[in-house]
Amino acid sequence: MNGEIEAKKEKEYLFDKPKNVKRLLGVFYILLLLLLTIDFFILKHPNFPWEGWPGFYAVFGFVAFVALIFVAKYILRPIVKRKEDYYD
Amino acid sequence: MINTVPPAAIFIFGALLIPLLRGRLKGAYLLLLPVVGFINLINIPEGTHWVVRFLDYELIFGRVDRLSLLFGYIYHLISFIAILYALHVKDDIQHVAGFVYAGSSLGVVFAGDLFSLYLFWEIMTFSAVVLVWSNRTKASLAAGFRYLLVHVAGGLCLLAGIVLYVINTGSIEFGYIGLKDLAAYLIFIGFGVNCAWPCLHPWLPDAYPESTITGAVFMWTFTTKTAVYVLARAFPGTEALIWIGAIMTAFPIFYAVIENNLRRVLSYSLINQVGFMVCGIGIGTALSINGTVSHVFCHILYKALLVMSMGAVMYRTGKINCTDLGGLYKSMPLTCIFCIVGAASISGFPLFSGFISKSMVVEASAIGGMNMIWFLLMFSSVGVLEHAGIKVPYYAFFSHDSGIRTKEAPLNMLLAMGIAAFLCVFIGVFPGPLYSLLPYPVDFEPYTPFHVVGMSQLLFFGALAYILFVLSGIFPAEIRAINLDADWWYRKAGIAFYRFCNVPLNSFRLKIQHLLTKSVDSIANLSRNPLFIPNLAVTYGRLKIAKSYSSIIKSPGAIEEVTELESRLKHFHEMSKRVFDENIHRRPIGVGVLISFILIFFYALIYMITRK
Repeated sequence: MNGEIEAKKEKEYLFDKPKNVKRLLGVFYILLLLLLTIDFFILKHPNFPWEGWPGFYAVFGFVAFVALIFVAKYILRPIVKRKEDYYD
Repeated sequence: MINTVPPAAIFIFGALLIPLLRGRLKGAYLLLLPVVGFINLINIPEGTHWVVRFLDYELIFGRVDRLSLLFGYIYHLISFIAILYALHVKDDIQHVAGFVYAGSSLGVVFAGDLFSLYLFWEIMTFSAVVLVWSNRTKASLAAGFRYLLVHVAGGLCLLAGIVLYVINTGSIEFGYIGLKDLAAYLIFIGFGVNCAWPCLHPWLPDAYPESTITGAVFMWTFTTKTAVYVLARAFPGTEALIWIGAIMTAFPIFYAVIENNLRRVLSYSLINQVGFMVCGIGIGTALSINGTVSHVFCHILYKALLVMSMGAVMYRTGKINCTDLGGLYKSMPLTCIFCIVGAASISGFPLFSGFISKSMVVEASAIGGMNMIWFLLMFSSVGVLEHAGIKVPYYAFFSHDSGIRTKEAPLNMLLAMGIAAFLCVFIGVFPGPLYSLLPYPVDFEPYTPFHVVGMSQLLFFGALAYILFVLSGIFPAEIRAINLDADWWYRKAGIAFYRFCNVPLNSFRLKIQHLLTKSVDSIANLSRNPLFIPNLAVTYGRLKIAKSYSSIIKSPGAIEEVTELESRLKHFHEMSKRVFDENIHRRPIGVGVLISFILIFFYALIYMITRK
């Protein structure tokens, strides 16, 4: 009983509202678009030719992240995962 | 000009006074110690100081130049922050160990000779392990012993290298060594153990998460960065270091993705960051060495900030696993903000300190035309974003709400984090002052539109991938589990090897030993009275034959013979146990003559045959 009342009393925090999360993501997506457009207007001084390609860093960042997660989840984890008391 | 003393002396001797003080005086003294040390440090002119003759050699306790000075500055700064963070701790031994640890690291940094370097190197190991043991849990005790084991082995390797080096060159001066002979290789590997090179690294994610909450700030700072310093001093431009560094940046990030313990995530992250530094030393150009040293400076601050924020979480909740935490931004908002600043810095977002230091190393690899290395470093930068930039703050402070409601961190912790966070942003926005302290003149502009947009794209689109993973549910779930690492070799394989030695090998040895002692016994028995050996042998042989005969033909006579022979054998056995007595065992003299005759006959026969 008491717990229920307390739970009702507890104030609602910033990300408890799904609307705020959506807003944050919205701002994030706009930033992504901005970064892609700005890419065409800046002076580049690449050391490697591929650094000059438009959007290279964006694609690399995305692909690298995906590769990292897949390798860690589907290759590394099945090999090295053990119970927490493995060494005891 | 005031009289100065070796920087290590203030910390190490100053630490000894700590247990004598009480209450507020102690707090003030703890905070004052790094400040006094810093004032001392800035008054030391560049050059060589405190040369002490020892036997035929000169020990140098103060080799002061731009490289060692910068390490000195950041070590003092972080000691102040760490001790402010630890101010509420009542356990004196942790404060003493912390200062001795910091002091011996300063000792290594300012050592101009290999002997004093080795001395301080070993003090570092033993003071650090106290910070692990101070946690006073079973796990920390075991982890501390493993830490000691690895570092003593590494230290011995270093010592062997130093002895060989001194014999070869006749000098104990510590300067550029370069990989050329066995001595250099041994020193190289000795340094590598402390630097957590791949396969030599498992002590780090093993012991660091077991250290005390406040001792962790010291732990995460000193050992690895001191190793970076000595590598930068002795092996700049060594090609092997480029690859070692690049691999160091890449492999821990996979582990960090699937690790549940957030302090262990930060341990893997430490190896990854030190990888950038090692790589910079290997490239060996002015730009890359500058990059390494500035990265040390920035890294110590933001890594300490992350470790402190996780420590505060642990202090308030007693938990550190992703599976137990979440939603803490509601009750620890300031800690959360500081953690995000640290996360942004380590990821290298523009306007944060990681951006202005890491990009120097990456740029140096690009200028050197090293395609593979450049791709590895860029890939690792994305990895840093994943585990330190997003995972650590996200799982601790956001994610699913764990229902934990607690208080904000204590004031001294908040102040320590606040100072570190301020410096992370300050250095990120105004890199000039840091750049002016670097060993070489800086000809690098981090804030070009190309760098800023490139790095932002890399990080933001990496984050986009993260968001898509989380929204789609593909992101690897937090699981209560541990992950095998190279320490398996001495925690499991070592034990298995011990068992293999113990069970099959040792029992084999025991069998042989048994056999030998038995035969020695019987020989000793027989030698008491050798006269009975022929009798025994003949009777034993006859008994065997009679036994097999009687088992085939079961006639009463045969069985009778067996029993008779058995009683005879027993009799001879009894007799042989008596010591030879002339009066009982006398033989006619003719027997002796006969034996001599036979022997002479054979001798003559052999002589005759061989003469022809």
